[in-house]
Amino acid sequence: MTLGLINANPVVHAKKERVAQQLSVLSEESITVDEKLGRILITFTPTIQHCSMATVIGLCLRVKLKECFPPHFKVDIKVAPGSHADEESVNKLLNDKERVAAALENPNLRQLVDECLYSNEL
Amino acid sequence: MEFLDANLELKEIQKLQGHTDRVWSIAWNPATAAANVPTVFASCSGDKTVRIWEQSPSTLSWDCKAVLEETHTRTVRSCAWSPSGKLLATASFDATTAIWENVGGDFECLSTLEGHENEVKCVSWNASGSLLATCGRDKTVWIWEVMPGNEFECIQVLQGHTQDVKMVRWHPTMDILFSCSYDNTVKVWWSEDDDGDWSCVQTLGESSYGHSSTVWSLDFNAKGDKLVTCSDDLTLKIWEADITMMQSGDGYAPWNHLCTLSGYHDRTIFSVHWSREGIIASGAADDAVRLFVQSKDGSMNEPSYQLLLKKEKAHEMDINSVQWCHGEEKRLLASASDDGTIKVWELATLS
Repeated sequence: MTLGLINANPVVHAKKERVAQQLSVLSEESITVDEKLGRILITFTPTIQHCSMATVIGLCLRVKLKECFPPHFKVDIKVAPGSHADEESVNKLLNDKERVAAALENPNLRQLVDECLYSNEL
Repeated sequence: MEFLDANLELKEIQKLQGHTDRVWSIAWNPATAAANVPTVFASCSGDKTVRIWEQSPSTLSWDCKAVLEETHTRTVRSCAWSPSGKLLATASFDATTAIWENVGGDFECLSTLEGHENEVKCVSWNASGSLLATCGRDKTVWIWEVMPGNEFECIQVLQGHTQDVKMVRWHPTMDILFSCSYDNTVKVWWSEDDDGDWSCVQTLGESSYGHSSTVWSLDFNAKGDKLVTCSDDLTLKIWEADITMMQSGDGYAPWNHLCTLSGYHDRTIFSVHWSREGIIASGAADDAVRLFVQSKDGSMNEPSYQLLLKKEKAHEMDINSVQWCHGEEKRLLASASDDGTIKVWELATLS
């Protein structure tokens, strides 16, 4: 599972046709799971401070985690503190389930997420 | 006040299954739950449908009477009955609001209101049924006038919120509109003259003891002089206004913060509803339903509220909506959840 999550970042950047860079440091995730309470906290580090794909990466993480854990698990996703310029607004968006639900109903966004997670390029 | 002394429990009467995705909202039909009229409520879901549930007079269980499908092309987020109970408005992420009429058991879509740029999040009828309000992610609130022949005309688009508007609700007795938003504020909209322009007459924000995160929902007490709001900041806030001043035409009376209920919820509170008798129900992301009532020991000038009871694990997932039934026979509460089910509860004395 971790491998799939780490690959979300470079695939996303490749899809947006950025100049090929040495993305040697990929997303680092830290995951805390409380099985008794059924809660998961995941923090991820976008590679650059102004990463415009931070919300898409967060969305990918949500979709992936939903597959891996039973439905009653509650997931909170945040960018690692200090790792992003719009940390507060990104965190708020990623944890607003109504916004997440609406975003995943958007066919273009959904396709991007699916490609990130299930693309053969992985 | 007598609720605090009684030994009460929230008894699960029925669990309703049918929706194939999360249930976002429920709305009791105001014309039902009267003598000889079977109780009806509507529910709407991420499965793009609306379901109508009716209580059988013989078995007393709720059965799904109709499924309103093939109209909305995305999640149906909110539903609201007109005060007469004859029309049902449904708001969807597909950016439209549909108006339905019950024609001999079948629900027909009479009209589709377009205009919002993206997801419509809520729809609300005013007390007389002459106006409709909708709101959405495009940060606007739309006011629609109900014209003869069930035509709807947008009379104004209200700008002011700086983010996604989550919910709108009309005051129970006066034509004053309230909206809650992702921008952490509640805005109050009013038109001084009957034909005048609507404008934002008050913003309940952080500087006026307001919420520090998204405000998801609000409701009024029966009298309409108190308001309760719920938020992602894990608190409920109670506000009050001198509505007699407003009702006598002396201009706008502002809402003032009365108290904040904090420490009771540890995850987002999505829904709040105030019963006729003064019990505030909350539905939250921790799967629990909580009931609050006014304390006995609060002074007249500083009333306080306390927890009456907490129903843990009311559902297996987040609760998106809690709604008291207006019926007078029993104290019924309906709850809707991410787990795809709706539950009907009765607040009764422990047997």
